[in-house]
Amino acid sequence: MEFFAPASWAEALETKAARPDAVPIAGGTDVMVELNFDLRRPSALLDLGRISELKEWDVVGGTVHLGAAVPYARIIRDLADRLPALAMAARTVGSPQIRNRATVGGNLGTASPAGDAHPALLATGAVVEAESFRGLRQIPIGGFFTGVKSCALAPDELIRAVLIPTAAGPQQFAKVGSRNAMVIAVCSFALALDLDRRTVGTGIGSAGPTPLAARGAERFLAGALDWGTLSVPVSAARRFGELVADAANPIDDVRGTAAYRRHALAVLATRALRWIRTAADQDREPVPA
Amino acid sequence: MDAGSRTPQPRPGTIGDSPPRPDATAKVLGTFPYASDLTAEGMLCGATLRSPHPRALIKRVDVAPALALPGVRAVLTHQDVPGRKHYGLIVRDCPVLAVDQVRYQGEPVAVVAADDAGTARRAAGAIVVEYEVLPPVTDPRGALFDPDSPRVHPGGNLVRHQPIRRGRPDDPAVRAQAAVHITREYQVGMQDQAFLGPEAGLAYPLPDGGVHLHVATQWLHADREQVAPCLGLPEEKVHVTLAGVGGAFGGREDLSVQIHAAMLALRTGRPVRMVYDRRESFFGHVHRHPAVLRYTHGARGDGRLVYVIAEILLDGGAYASTTEAVVGNASSLGAGPYEVEHVAIDAYGAYTNNPPCGAMRGFGAVQACFAYEAQMDALAAALGIHPLDLRARNAVKQGSTIATGQVIDSPAPLAAMFGELRAMPLPPEHDPAALPPGGYGNTTHGEGVRRGVGYGVGIKNICYSEGFDDYSTARVRLAVEHGEPVAAVRTAAAEVGQGLVTVQGQIARTELGVEQVSVEPADTRAGSSGSSSASRQSYMTGGAVKAACEAVRDQVFELARERGIAVPRDAALLGGKLVSARGEPLADLAAVLGGRVVEQTREYRHRPTGPLDRLTGQGGSHVQFAFAVHRAVVDVDVELGLIKVVRLDVVQDVGRILNRLALEGQIQGGTAQGLGLAVLEEIVTDGGKVRNPSFTDYLIPTILDMPPLGMRILQHPDPASPYGLRGAGEPPTLSSTPAIAAAVRAATGLALTRVPIRPEHIALPGERPGNPPPESASPQSASPENAAPPGPAPLSQEANTDA
Repeated sequence: MEFFAPASWAEALETKAARPDAVPIAGGTDVMVELNFDLRRPSALLDLGRISELKEWDVVGGTVHLGAAVPYARIIRDLADRLPALAMAARTVGSPQIRNRATVGGNLGTASPAGDAHPALLATGAVVEAESFRGLRQIPIGGFFTGVKSCALAPDELIRAVLIPTAAGPQQFAKVGSRNAMVIAVCSFALALDLDRRTVGTGIGSAGPTPLAARGAERFLAGALDWGTLSVPVSAARRFGELVADAANPIDDVRGTAAYRRHALAVLATRALRWIRTAADQDREPVPA
Repeated sequence: MDAGSRTPQPRPGTIGDSPPRPDATAKVLGTFPYASDLTAEGMLCGATLRSPHPRALIKRVDVAPALALPGVRAVLTHQDVPGRKHYGLIVRDCPVLAVDQVRYQGEPVAVVAADDAGTARRAAGAIVVEYEVLPPVTDPRGALFDPDSPRVHPGGNLVRHQPIRRGRPDDPAVRAQAAVHITREYQVGMQDQAFLGPEAGLAYPLPDGGVHLHVATQWLHADREQVAPCLGLPEEKVHVTLAGVGGAFGGREDLSVQIHAAMLALRTGRPVRMVYDRRESFFGHVHRHPAVLRYTHGARGDGRLVYVIAEILLDGGAYASTTEAVVGNASSLGAGPYEVEHVAIDAYGAYTNNPPCGAMRGFGAVQACFAYEAQMDALAAALGIHPLDLRARNAVKQGSTIATGQVIDSPAPLAAMFGELRAMPLPPEHDPAALPPGGYGNTTHGEGVRRGVGYGVGIKNICYSEGFDDYSTARVRLAVEHGEPVAAVRTAAAEVGQGLVTVQGQIARTELGVEQVSVEPADTRAGSSGSSSASRQSYMTGGAVKAACEAVRDQVFELARERGIAVPRDAALLGGKLVSARGEPLADLAAVLGGRVVEQTREYRHRPTGPLDRLTGQGGSHVQFAFAVHRAVVDVDVELGLIKVVRLDVVQDVGRILNRLALEGQIQGGTAQGLGLAVLEEIVTDGGKVRNPSFTDYLIPTILDMPPLGMRILQHPDPASPYGLRGAGEPPTLSSTPAIAAAVRAATGLALTRVPIRPEHIALPGERPGNPPPESASPQSASPENAAPPGPAPLSQEANTDA
């Protein structure tokens, strides 16, 4: 196995163009597991660890440009205000050691339906910035996941950054696992409200061949929600949960049954909606210090 | 009763003190050499080709493609086994390498030695095996009772049936004494030992044609006894030395790499190391028997048990391993730590094409305990009696007779243990700092969360049972070096992490009055010490070390008397001197020894036990009984089915505390393993194939799953055992699981007859086959007593949704 460790982004793109078979590695929390278990024997590894710009984030015109190799621990530390759903998801990733290494870019590259970042990226309408020697392109998250563990990246492309709009309203993320930490999602759900545009974003994890958004539930809630108080009738909240569950396409597997996943998604969706209103209430009536 | 408040401070490093483990620093620093770290000059690496099918005939094996790879030194199949083709701990039914058929997924078919591990693995993959796949036998009930079931072995699918008959459980007049009858069927999933150090060993060929194995194991001599005949060698030509063990819990009782590595070393004339990776480890050792247990209990209105009827099916998988003894435990302890006059228990061990099952901490007693404790709770609910009161009314005590007719002739202080448990404080109802169910997943802000409290009590046999002579051997030397008395202890007992090396040193310091003790590496050049199993090593090897020390001391006294020193019978050794019982010096040890080394070897035996009668199960089969009691407090998100164990409290009687720190570690670990079985740990199989052979999907508790554990340790000594001790490693594993399950039942109102409890069992209770209606009415029962335990129905989503 060959090992490439480019010192710059340009060099990385050159290498990837010459060696599209090279598997990019950043935190290594997916790739190294596959190597250790002998599940994958790539002909080459492309280490992105020396490219410092990938480990930086910036805010440009209300959008967070998150370098592909920013570890989850830094998202929790630095971006909880701007990207609440993603930061909440980051807290559920693996163990502290994993959160120090693992990255959103890696999550996207693996494109597992269980990737913890994906529902938050879907709910917030993130854009994946992919680049190759041929040029830069922006892939809206809704078109990024193309199948089970496959994505829209071309063989010569690398993920440079993820562009995520700064939160314009309350966001939530919840993940069901049978263990209280360090667990792969049985299912997960993210909800993001945009109070300026009065739109609703959702993301569902581990309940279909790809991470997915519940578009019908988004449209329904955008119409049913009282945007002033962020409240909905009980029946509408329940309907929202049902629509989220309906959008899922889960299977029975060793982590859980399809029926349970649908049920849990409906519960998570209605709870997330409730928490968003609770947060809104608290914003309107600040508790005296 | 607590040692801390009563016993005077022990001399440093002796019995009752908690000296540090000799390997503690190295393990914390990561420098401890585990078996997988072994290496030798010129070493080859071994790999195993395993069957992908649970049941198949082998039509053809072609090793040529593997041999053709550069760096491959040997490829061996069953035809290359030099001696006997089969081995086994009790029944010799397990092929060294599959002979013409495979009986479980993962069964070894061929082994390879190559210059490096990667080449070995690739070579194993290059071997061509043609299988004729057959439908696997996967249902133990069908395997046992369906006359049309295929036979896993020519002799049929029954490993052992052990009935226990006491009183007249079938007599309608007896049954009529009961005011309430509860019949339920329970299931226990297949738990794995999940030791963190995978199977590993290094085999050296010896010039005399023999072999020296360094291996992580639990019983060196049992390994040698099984390995030598398969190699066609006399036992003297097979040496086994214990390598660093990263956990065992029963999973290293059976052989793994031993014969394979030795065969490859003998064939190639070079040292051969074999190390399983995590996935292979799940196929490389036996698991805890999954069980189906159907119990009927009858009790009077005051809660006193009238009768217990039980059928216990234990799925032993493809090979016998220790199934026979597991059946013995499940049956003889199947009524639990309760007095009951009328008992009919039938325990069966079955062969199937599921993964082989054998020893795991608790060994048959765990499965029965989950079921009989759930039954006690169901009786308590039906009669409106507090679960602990119901247990107290039936609990055994010293002098009680258990279902096998054996009388408990040493302390069984359950009444005192219940009292201690009741006195321990409960956690606060609402602790804002506590992790909610769902943990870090942010799944609830209090919605759907219900609290429950439950209890569990267990009875475990200590040491081997049913007439087995599991003696232990120890050699102790005493000398004076540079003016200091020094003791050396040698046994073949396996330190598997439990702290036995430390305890051996403590015993030598106690008996010989020395400070410096070396405990030599465990090796078959010493006599057998028996297995590090059955909570027996403190008792047996502790007993052997104590006996050898006493013999050394007697010899020293004899030498002193020969030198004309008057040594009273109650004299002792202390700090390099012979002293009187009051501590007055009588003589210098150095002067008495005069440069001599005193050495004594002793075999220690527990009192003999007898078999269980084949038809009635009556017999004095057990050496000693040990007890633990747990209380569990859980928070359950009843809508999502997620569980957080908030608090566990345990009371255990250990007879005598030898090393409090090590003991507390055992109780912590046993409790955590029981928690794992209650809510997380299961090897899931489908058609005989394992679906989760990884720590990604075989989930063991993390520090966030294991709650604070309150602990009370009682010391009612057993007059028959060394220092009065009672084996301690297993009992907490028994009672933790049913206590947690009971707490989850109390929180949810669901019957939950299967462990591990999965989220869907709570959130969607109607959806699964493993959760039948709360109970099936027995013919004698009136319906009101048979109602499900009271509790809240799972809440609808609406009730919690007011957004």
